[in-house]
Amino acid sequence: MVDQHKSASPHARWVRAVHWALAGAVLVLAFSGVMIFMVHPRLYWGLAGNDMTAAWLELPIGPNYRHGGWAPPLHFAPGGHAVISAARTADIFNQNGWARSLHFLAAWLLVGSGLVYAVLALITGHGARNLLPGRDGFAPAVVWADIRAHLGHQAVRPGPPYGVLQRWAYAVVLAAVPVMVCSGLAMSPYVTAGYPWVLDLFGGHQSARSVHFLTFALIALFVVVHLVMVLRTGPLRQLRAMTIGWRET
Amino acid sequence: MAFSRRGVLAGMAAGGGLMLGGCAQEPPTYGNVLRMGDWFTYNAQRMMIPRRALAREYGRGDITSTVAVGTVNPGNDHEAAFNPTAGPLWAQLAAREFAGWALEVVGAVARPGRYSLDTLLRFPARTQITRHTCEEGWSAISEWTGVPLRLVLEHAGIMPGARFVKFETYDLAQDSIDMFDALHPQTILAYGMNGTRLPHGHGAPLRVRVETQLGYKSVKFLRRIVVTEQFDDGGKFGNIAGGYAWFAGI
Repeated sequence: MVDQHKSASPHARWVRAVHWALAGAVLVLAFSGVMIFMVHPRLYWGLAGNDMTAAWLELPIGPNYRHGGWAPPLHFAPGGHAVISAARTADIFNQNGWARSLHFLAAWLLVGSGLVYAVLALITGHGARNLLPGRDGFAPAVVWADIRAHLGHQAVRPGPPYGVLQRWAYAVVLAAVPVMVCSGLAMSPYVTAGYPWVLDLFGGHQSARSVHFLTFALIALFVVVHLVMVLRTGPLRQLRAMTIGWRET
Repeated sequence: MAFSRRGVLAGMAAGGGLMLGGCAQEPPTYGNVLRMGDWFTYNAQRMMIPRRALAREYGRGDITSTVAVGTVNPGNDHEAAFNPTAGPLWAQLAAREFAGWALEVVGAVARPGRYSLDTLLRFPARTQITRHTCEEGWSAISEWTGVPLRLVLEHAGIMPGARFVKFETYDLAQDSIDMFDALHPQTILAYGMNGTRLPHGHGAPLRVRVETQLGYKSVKFLRRIVVTEQFDDGGKFGNIAGGYAWFAGI
């Protein structure tokens, strides 16, 4: 039986489906990623880094922050190169048994649905039409008007079509996802054995890890702004538009 | 040290068999959905990564300070993986600078035997400066010296059906790798680190280095190597029971 009332939504059916697959993947990746990061909340630049080398950032998240459980260091070659080794004497917080496997499971979902999204956005023109900033994105007057509209009290009109700020946000997050995947793969000992350029792209294992964290922070910021804007523009209407749509009469 | 031709041929047969029939005996997918993800990730890597891939080797100047984690003293009964039978044995051997220690090689090999440190030192050595990548998130670059595992296995004579190599230690930990990684040219049984004998905390007197996987696969404090035809998950003290992926290429 054919439904006379067509389901309507500003978003194509495939956009809605892939949106939620990506949202689920990002949520699980963020959760498991934070669990993994809590085990060693120190970040470094360069080829390698650990508790005996200098960190550029240490985040006070969880019990492993600046834990002091180290035996006095051992010097490998007295008078030679100054590298040391210290044995850990304390048990640390570590849930990586499940957190890592969960992270990679969600990463497969991200890569799979991300590829579907990229291909469909390309062939339907959704990407160029709705998501990328286009020429308006570089017009100062248009950008300035959109900034003022966002700062003002009146609600921004829900799209599509989207304003230039929103398009810039989408463009940045679309670029961030491949960076996230590549910097993640650059931390893999086996992937980088097969494809060393992935490692060199970031300048080493710990640089890749730092880029992975910073890009995560950028995507997390996008998600927060995205959710705030959904709340500002009629959350029920927006949720409905991104799920079942509504019936046209 | 003479290498038997038959051993080398058997080794090639085992390696070749693996390349042809790769999926005959997979690591387990039992347990939960995470294990299935691990299985998928393992196979994806084996399919997409060139078979001759070598881990990056660094220069002397890239060597960094490092840390020793997990079991750092198998003789200490406060360690999480303390083994009440083998731990005190290790302490006695360590007190004698490992005189009398020998690595047992058993299972699916033609000539099971014991390899003393002196015997292992007479094998051709390989020195490599590689990155230890810990699942915790840190990494360290060190110089490792040892004998390629392949040479020891071929000396013992790998049986045609052999598919996995299991490592038993002086603590309760045990782990295994597939024959592909066991025969990898960078997989070595290391007795030297940064120009010195392997320090206690890093697995003295002998540890394995599996450079294409995460640090926890480079098992320390080796006592026995068991070549197996069937997959052995290591029971209560294997990675799988502990929740960790058996294959840790990523």
